[in-house]
Amino acid sequence: MSQQHVVPLQIYAVIFATLLLLTLVTVDVATYNFGMMNIYIALAVATTKATLVILYFMHVRYAPALVAVFAAAGFVWLLLLLTFTLSDFITRGWIAGFMG
Amino acid sequence: MTDPTDAHTLAPHQQHQFETIEQQQETSTLGMWAFLVTEVMFFGGLFGAYTVYRYLYPHAFSAASHHLNYKIGAVNTAVLIGSSMTMALAVRAAQLGHRRNQVIFLLLTIVLGSTFLGIKVVEYHDKFVHHLVPGPHFEFEGPYGREAQIFFSLYFAMTGMHAVHMIIGIAMLSILTVLAWKGRFSADYYTPVELGGLYWHFVDIVWIYLFPLLYLIRGG
Repeated sequence: MSQQHVVPLQIYAVIFATLLLLTLVTVDVATYNFGMMNIYIALAVATTKATLVILYFMHVRYAPALVAVFAAAGFVWLLLLLTFTLSDFITRGWIAGFMG
Repeated sequence: MTDPTDAHTLAPHQQHQFETIEQQQETSTLGMWAFLVTEVMFFGGLFGAYTVYRYLYPHAFSAASHHLNYKIGAVNTAVLIGSSMTMALAVRAAQLGHRRNQVIFLLLTIVLGSTFLGIKVVEYHDKFVHHLVPGPHFEFEGPYGREAQIFFSLYFAMTGMHAVHMIIGIAMLSILTVLAWKGRFSADYYTPVELGGLYWHFVDIVWIYLFPLLYLIRGG
């Protein structure tokens, strides 16, 4: 009678275990110095975790496509905010160097 | 269509403007996601500020981050992921119409959420004791005093706003627990539990990003 897909317990258990494992991974990776790569690895792991939570715990995988579009729109706009902000700050020195 | 009064049969809990209870449920979910998008934007501003200052002062952020206890942060991350798990199980119990399990998992979620906040209180207290709270009493060894203060301003703003969301979430869960206890939800109608779950998981996601960005800045 339920309107929505009931996610099997095994899937929840696997997602839960994966999230805990990825937490350990991100802590462990941070103990090594990969220079600039550290932040990218940390963000990649965090985004993987967030995606798992959104798809399974938040049921987006089983929801109508429009819900997925809404969810994606939020993060795409956030990415725009960060990209344009950084495209300003990262390039500020370039002009000074060029003029200099 | 042939019915002149257009009085389609309503399921219990179904509002008359919806064709089916499924449509009603989907509409509620979509509305909740629209709200969550505004929440992404809200926290996005804080993450934007963080991005700019971390770009400008990478060494200061690394030095300041070492004053956060990453082990406590990791434990708290696990606690919060655990609370997301129990929340998902509470929604599942609601979907299956198991009133007792629903109440148990909602209570477990409240306990884990409160544990997270309790650990946060210990951490905040530690920052006050060590003069790491931005303001006139801020003290930071080394060359990055001013920049480290920016890091801790962001730390308190971001984890503080996150904690506020947790407190709102726990209040919401308490109401849901009472309603579940009274048997207001069934396999046919559990939308409030589902939407409450969406909010709780969103708050979890914010922390999933906050933890590595604040506690785990090495190298740099």
